[in-house]
Amino acid sequence: MTKITFVEANGTVHETQAENGASVMETALKNSVPGIVAECGGACTCATCHVYVGGEWTDKVGAPSAMEEDMLDFAFEVKPSSRLSCQIIVSDEFDGLVVNIPEQQG
Amino acid sequence: MNETHITTDVVVIGAGPVGLFAVFELGLLDLKCHLIDILDRPGGQCAELYPEKPIYDIPGFSVISGQELTDNLMKQIEPFGAVFHYNRMINNVKKLDSGGFKVIDDEGQVYECKVVVVAAGGGSFQPKRPPVPGIEVFEDKSVFYSVRRMEEFKDQDIVIVGGGDSALDWVLSLQPLARSMTLVHRRDNFRAAPDSVNKMKELVAAGKMKLILGQIGELNGENGMLSSMTIKSADEVLSIPVTRLLPFFGLTMKLGPVADWGLDLENNLITVDTEKFETSVPGVFAIGDINTYPGKLKLILSGFHEGALMSQAAKRIISPDERIIFQYTTSSTKLQKKLGVK
Ligand SMILES: Cc1cc2nc3c(=O)[nH]c(=O)nc-3n(C[C@H](O)[C@H](O)[C@H](O)COP(=O)(O)OP(=O)(O)OC[C@H]3O[C@@H](n4cnc5c(N)ncnc54)[C@H](O)[C@@H]3O)c2cc1C
Ligand code: FES
Repeated sequence: MTKITFVEANGTVHETQAENGASVMETALKNSVPGIVAECGGACTCATCHVYVGGEWTDKVGAPSAMEEDMLDFAFEVKPSSRLSCQIIVSDEFDGLVVNIPEQQG
Repeated sequence: MNETHITTDVVVIGAGPVGLFAVFELGLLDLKCHLIDILDRPGGQCAELYPEKPIYDIPGFSVISGQELTDNLMKQIEPFGAVFHYNRMINNVKKLDSGGFKVIDDEGQVYECKVVVVAAGGGSFQPKRPPVPGIEVFEDKSVFYSVRRMEEFKDQDIVIVGGGDSALDWVLSLQPLARSMTLVHRRDNFRAAPDSVNKMKELVAAGKMKLILGQIGELNGENGMLSSMTIKSADEVLSIPVTRLLPFFGLTMKLGPVADWGLDLENNLITVDTEKFETSVPGVFAIGDINTYPGKLKLILSGFHEGALMSQAAKRIISPDERIIFQYTTSSTKLQKKLGVK
């Protein structure tokens, strides 16, 4: 199990235990974290699972693929730390990961 | 406004995979259908959200893509001559005193029918609204999510936001009639066809339009009419004049008008029985992702089954005196004739 913390736009913190191999989006849904819509169920075709991976984690988690970068065009308030959470797969290296959820997914 | 009155047996709201297959099952029972969808083509989620992605649980196909499934369904239902109405949203379903229903779309077209099948899936696909405070007051006055009438844009200061084909196509079509044209996109990389991107860049180089890399900030104006807006770029906030704004951020599924038709709902889904898939209003059925019942699975497979049972019940409403004989397409010459098998 890997610890992942979600922070809502209003500051509410959700600490979760994620299963390795699952996506960060799936972890959010499984733990009823509000603010992750995931309309397409993780197919990287909706951009409603947008999160910010800030600070030291930006580099550790890595940059989005070209396909993900394209989909980010459909998200709002995109920042350099923006990622689509369905495209981040949980592994041991991400223990302690903190992701921030934007105010609106669209 | 289109004033013609369409009369048919069944109106199917939604042309997703489940609505499409319902045409087949209804057709075997000689029921004629009109299908209406807000999208510009059939296939619902399969065509809009994952046309190229594989589906592994359609019986008989070890793998099939969303688009292939849609194309196959369209071919399968061809013999039944269903009439499709795209780019239309059904706003209203009204019960008539004479029995039957009046279904009305957003262009005022009236469809009169005996049975309504709601196959609205996850709801209607609607344009994503940028999270800009107060944007609602400008919508349909100076903020538009699609172009219905080009004249609305003549001699205007147009700002288009986005980097896909819709954004670029409208930049190229509207630039000649605009007073000024600005394209706003968050990065210098466009998903749109390279040819359109090159044409846009030529216009920028010739000083005929502007390209700003940034994201929507605030909107300013009065009585729904925009006058200026701000654009947040990497290191500054710009203010630019705008009288028409077209944001293109793709589509999202919203339950939409389905909620207003007087059907019993549970968590935004229409409750139905599992014998006929009929709603709380007799004569209105709901199949596919839009319905709920104990044990419901949101699978295409389940939607197909629901369509088959629904059709039997629809037939009993439309032809109460006719005895329905259960037949196989393999062996029934009658069914094969309907399918155009030679
Ligand atoms: C990425 C992804 C992968 C999937 N993979 C699978 C899979 O492997 N197997 C599987 O079985 N299922 C899968 N699904 C689910 C499957 O796509 C849905 O179950 C299926 O599309 C439901 O079909 P439907 O016809 O009920 O609704 P939809 O496909 O949602 O179509 C409904 C249509 O109705 C229209 N509509 C709604 N309201 C109105 C209105 N008021 N007026 C006009 N039109 C309206 C909408 O625009 C839409 O086109 C997947 C879904 C996604 C997103
Ligand atoms: S869930 Fe749709 S893009 Fe991530």
